[in-house]
Amino acid sequence: MEAMKETVDQSLREMRETFASGRTRSVKWRKTQLEAIIEMVKDNEDKMCEVLFQDLGKHSTEAFRDELGFVMRSATTALSSLDKWVVPRKSNLPLLFYPATGKVISEPYGTVLVLSSWNFPISLSLDPMIGAISAGNTVLLKASELSPNASAFLAKTIPSYLDTKAIKVIEGGPDVATILLQHQWDKIFFTGSPRIGKIIMAAAAEHLTPVTLELGGKCPTIIDHHSVSKDMKSIVKRISGGKWGSCSGQACISVDYVLVEQSFASSLIEMLKPVIKSFFGENPKESGCLARIVTKKHFQRLSRLLNDPRVQASIVYGGSMDEEKLYVEPTILLNPPLDSEIMNEEIFGPILPIITLRDIQESIGFIKSKPKPLAIYAFTKDDKLKTRILSETSSGSVTFNDVMIQYMCDALPFGGVGESGTGRYHGKYSFECFSHEKAIMEGSLAMDLEARYPPWNTFKLTFIRLAFREAYFKLVLLMLGLKK
Amino acid sequence: MSKLEEAFISVIVDRSAMAKIFQMADASNLVTELRRNFDAGVTRGYEWRVTQLKKLLVICDKHEPEIVSALHDDLGKPELESSVYEVALLRNSIKLALKQLKDWMAPHKAKTSLTTFPASAKIVSEPLGVVLVISAWNFPFMLSIDPVIGAISAGNVVVLKPSELAPASSSLLAKLLKQYLDPSAVRVVEGAVTETTLLLEQKWDKIFYTGNSRIGRIIMTAAAKHLTPVSLELGGKSPVVIDSDTNLKVITVRRIISGKWGCNNGQACISPDYILTTKEYAPKVIDALKKELEAFYGNNPMGSKDTSRIVNLNHFDRLSKMLEEKEVSNKIVYGGQKNRENLKISPTVLLDVPLDSLIMSEEIFGPLLPIVTLNNLEECFGVINSRPKPLAAYLFTKNHKLKKKFTKTVSAGGIVVNDTAVHFTLPTLPFGGVGESGIGSYHGKFSFDAFSHKKSVLFKSFLGDSAIRYPPYSRRKLGLLKTLVNSNLVDTFKVLLGLS
Repeated sequence: MEAMKETVDQSLREMRETFASGRTRSVKWRKTQLEAIIEMVKDNEDKMCEVLFQDLGKHSTEAFRDELGFVMRSATTALSSLDKWVVPRKSNLPLLFYPATGKVISEPYGTVLVLSSWNFPISLSLDPMIGAISAGNTVLLKASELSPNASAFLAKTIPSYLDTKAIKVIEGGPDVATILLQHQWDKIFFTGSPRIGKIIMAAAAEHLTPVTLELGGKCPTIIDHHSVSKDMKSIVKRISGGKWGSCSGQACISVDYVLVEQSFASSLIEMLKPVIKSFFGENPKESGCLARIVTKKHFQRLSRLLNDPRVQASIVYGGSMDEEKLYVEPTILLNPPLDSEIMNEEIFGPILPIITLRDIQESIGFIKSKPKPLAIYAFTKDDKLKTRILSETSSGSVTFNDVMIQYMCDALPFGGVGESGTGRYHGKYSFECFSHEKAIMEGSLAMDLEARYPPWNTFKLTFIRLAFREAYFKLVLLMLGLKK
Repeated sequence: MSKLEEAFISVIVDRSAMAKIFQMADASNLVTELRRNFDAGVTRGYEWRVTQLKKLLVICDKHEPEIVSALHDDLGKPELESSVYEVALLRNSIKLALKQLKDWMAPHKAKTSLTTFPASAKIVSEPLGVVLVISAWNFPFMLSIDPVIGAISAGNVVVLKPSELAPASSSLLAKLLKQYLDPSAVRVVEGAVTETTLLLEQKWDKIFYTGNSRIGRIIMTAAAKHLTPVSLELGGKSPVVIDSDTNLKVITVRRIISGKWGCNNGQACISPDYILTTKEYAPKVIDALKKELEAFYGNNPMGSKDTSRIVNLNHFDRLSKMLEEKEVSNKIVYGGQKNRENLKISPTVLLDVPLDSLIMSEEIFGPLLPIVTLNNLEECFGVINSRPKPLAAYLFTKNHKLKKKFTKTVSAGGIVVNDTAVHFTLPTLPFGGVGESGIGSYHGKFSFDAFSHKKSVLFKSFLGDSAIRYPPYSRRKLGLLKTLVNSNLVDTFKVLLGLS
């Protein structure tokens, strides 16, 4: 540990020196780094797919779609937009202040710490780094030890492509994170669970470090079957893709559970079954298209959730598990008890509870009774229901008639609220996430208003009152002595 | 004991006799009740928010004399400062919110991309929920009501805890807000450390704090327990760099005096804290300061009614200690008079105190102005950048290169060139700190944003669904995905519409 402490000290020192030198401020430097990231991904596609398969059993298509392709697009967007993003924004000042000017400049925070998660270890590491670099910061990444091959790959490969004096990678688990968090950072970006998020924020509080916490929650999916019956085939496919098609349900924006009216539940289940089969064949374990559970510990957690006898009784499809292969079969539950563990913590696995309601309108109250999730999904064409969902529930985001796709939409800020997180990123929001918006006001030395200065008297008080109300005409009268 | 001390004690005794002791259950019940009201939708409507804002305007219009009087009791604040820096600024802030609220509340369209086609997207502002505003003693009305304006505009329910170090203002705020605003959504809790601690144990949806960085840390640590986002408006040592080419007497020095002694007698988060100038130029600066200080406050500044007094004995003693430190007390070049009974310290200028002295290590927050001389003005960057990031940094110069370097490389909440403190009054500039000087910003629309969650909303259609989204995965699908990412427009369309 002493060696690690020394490494961290040294890294921080070097990063601070580099930042102080001004090198990372230049747009050219930032673009060079972004281009290098793209190159790194292109050159190492196969290797990246390999480590993602080793850590999570991800198929290369899934790896590309969710991680590699995403990172390349993110870096490309940043490259092409950077010139626009760095331009100061003019602010209009009231006439009273003429000829003063105002503007807001985005300046980098300085040294940034990125702590990423194991489920999308490449994209959740590189995407925040892209933001930090675009904004001109130096950055240190600690990827999750639960995806050791990806972490090792990043630690080994990033130094060959990026500026090692400004961008560093450290590997390790909670003990390394603890050492890192004892230091003063100018910004911390964390992706992970709410429990750890609290620890991170408390550590950041010691140094008044601003944080962005991308956490999770139980993302509900509402199916208003009355209004979307025509498109049900597509809906079931989308929901299935959103549950089992991305890291086997181990994603912060996975469909966690479904809310549907009682009368439609069995039809829904009967529609889900063939879709699952079409995705994974008769034996999902051997399909090669279903990611595995990340570690034994996580497997045991899911096992515990399912082994609750009342939950077992609610299994209507799937349910088989293989600890050695870290495999959990795509599983559907019908109305597990609402006080069971599986209905009170983020599932983060390939188990889909279907909760039935008498009336789909009840879904609003149901969602409100739980902590604010990262995303709410709703399949409906009923405008009234849409409005109710938007105005009566709170979540990081809401997506109508699809799932997970909001992640891909660069123009939409991606982040949580309440238990699901604080702060946001993607696209321009990534740049802003790692920037301090500094206000600049420039006054003129040419003229001055006597009334600004003591000694105070009634005239000056009246003047200033009128000035504040921007009652320019009355001001003129006052100055001409035509107003008391 | 002095008249002043007598007055303080009688206020405290009266208040504690009348007030119920605020306990744990009270804090918890308060939050529960407000959350219930928030969930019931009391604060969501445009009309409700407008009504509250208009009532705040009535407070400014009808109760200015009482406000001025309370500020005079608490701080000895001159009427003009109270009228202008507290009431008038608040009035403007309310009027701006009233004028722009509809715009602020309107959803904002966002562009969608080919990968999410066909879809439409928007960003909706929604209130965070139950919000806690903890304000400071130096501008007790401004710093209480301005954040409350933001909270209400954004549709939140809010609890305000004003500072106990300005008791008359705290009391008046409690009375006025209770009288005018909707008690089901806006409440004031008066008190000190005990009450604040009880409040901080509750789960809030946002905490907005104005004060010092030591308490800022305590607030953020408490907030972390509930993952509550915070805005911390803190302080720091705001430096003023003076170049030798400025219109020294007439403009530069007057603006510094106005921003320092004219703003609660240096007890403001954006007060010019210390001056940096060249050894050569310093005598001219001192000369000009002396002349203008005398013009502003007369040759008996201790008798002048145009500056606030020091807020209390605690702060008076703190400032005295700074002045009495060895190697500092002999550097006073103007002023230095003190009167503990009246809590007055005259406008004081010092020259070249040691850089590690108390007065140069912590935020002064008082009427003392050290001047630090440099061989060369460029050295100012080293001095400023070696210290914690301040809330504001000021530069007086005509030199464009220097302006550019300063605004680019000095990190501070905000920078003002050729003036001091006025940026506080501009609603179009975000007001907030960085590093030790704070987190988050407000004023104008930034206040509305500080108390809002910007919710992303995506409306997708059922038209076309590309098989490449779903398992079973194959090399073919991989190839198609790559085409998508590489954005060959024609190919991308084909893929998306399921034609490939």
